[in-house]
Amino acid sequence: MKRIRFWGTRGSLPVALTAAQVREKLLAALRGASGRVFASDAEIDTYLAGLRFPVSGTYGGHTSCVEIETGGSAYVLCDLGSGVRPFGQAAVARHGAGSPQTYHIFMSHLHWDHIMGLPFFTPAYIPGNRIHIYGSHAGLEAALRRQQDQPSFPVDFSIFRASIEFVHLEPGKPYDVAGMTVTTKLQRHGGDSYGYRFESNGRTIIYSTDSEHKLTDPEETKGFVAFFRDADVVVFDAMYSLADAISIKADWGHSSNVVGVELCQMAGARHLCLFHHEPSSGDEAIEGALQEARRLEEITRNGAPLRVSAAYDGMEIEV
Amino acid sequence: MLFSSRRFADVVVASPVGRIDHGSAGPFEGALLPLLAQLNIDEVALLLDFSGVEYISSVGLRVLMAAAKQARAQESSIAIAGLQPIVAEIFGISRFDRILDVYPSVADALGQLSAPALEAFNAVKDPSAT
Repeated sequence: MKRIRFWGTRGSLPVALTAAQVREKLLAALRGASGRVFASDAEIDTYLAGLRFPVSGTYGGHTSCVEIETGGSAYVLCDLGSGVRPFGQAAVARHGAGSPQTYHIFMSHLHWDHIMGLPFFTPAYIPGNRIHIYGSHAGLEAALRRQQDQPSFPVDFSIFRASIEFVHLEPGKPYDVAGMTVTTKLQRHGGDSYGYRFESNGRTIIYSTDSEHKLTDPEETKGFVAFFRDADVVVFDAMYSLADAISIKADWGHSSNVVGVELCQMAGARHLCLFHHEPSSGDEAIEGALQEARRLEEITRNGAPLRVSAAYDGMEIEV
Repeated sequence: MLFSSRRFADVVVASPVGRIDHGSAGPFEGALLPLLAQLNIDEVALLLDFSGVEYISSVGLRVLMAAAKQARAQESSIAIAGLQPIVAEIFGISRFDRILDVYPSVADALGQLSAPALEAFNAVKDPSAT
């Protein structure tokens, strides 16, 4: 495994920046540049690179879709949120329609925000492409077909011209796919969700979204610590603050930056990536949660440092 | 984790000492339960003096949340005072400072919760004041 590329990082519902929010960013950038003269685009790039991310960028708005670049020829994705649309367009632009590709897609669960991108996944419409969709839910295929039934979508599942195969994964059982060992784990979420552990060439990536961790049952906690053990990267559902996650949003099936830091520290993981951002959170709020998670890691560190980042659409992590 | 409590008029001040983490949250909860059961029977409030608490994990915070819910259900109250700087940061990061009543010191808290309790507390601190 070489890198992770994020195509969709938002939880529950896609969001877009408003004109007013873009204007705020421009104002902040222009205020910072007041009095400066840029002799070239390179100098502008240098200036932009020095801005805080909430000013120069955005945490993005597509729902869950994460690519794992394995170094092999096949594509590997986690979830079919709206982020799979730009992924598919990029893949088609790269290979063209006449060069069939293989896609391995691992589904955390079947809630709408994790499946809504499939009808807009261009490679599914191209004959010759091979798409393998993996998951531990019995209703995986039915859920993906149902969302394209009338009156929800104008064309049904039979419109796809790619070869599409559904593969059921038994939780806890390791499978060899695309040069990786893949294991799933049941997570606490309405209708169940499954976390993924991907291992290859001594590297480990965890994809664990839509999972509420109460950490009150020692055996359950021990199970997740073992699942996250020594991971190079843990992509983690940090949708709410801890206070919200255990009060007004208790049992909504999501976790916090605080619990992410705690679990990764217990597991000896190296990199926690906050993911599945709350749709009502703006860029400053997500940046705040990131900085606070980093501070929490710093004041509670009891071993090697844990790197903490917050995923945004387009972000890449070298593994 | 050590735990002691003392009554000042109609407020019980409980003083946990040490770390409230995944290993000690259970005993912390066990120590709180009998005090919560007395709320609104003999006392109006439970005040947690956190000046001796060095660290609290999410599980410990979850115990506080459950205690606050129970206190509210009993139409009583729970408050926390004297956070050490690290614990105050954890309260801020977790947003617990927004959902629990947190005071700089025990005296500040008692001043808000109960005048008789503050008077009793000050009398213990300075016996000549009685």
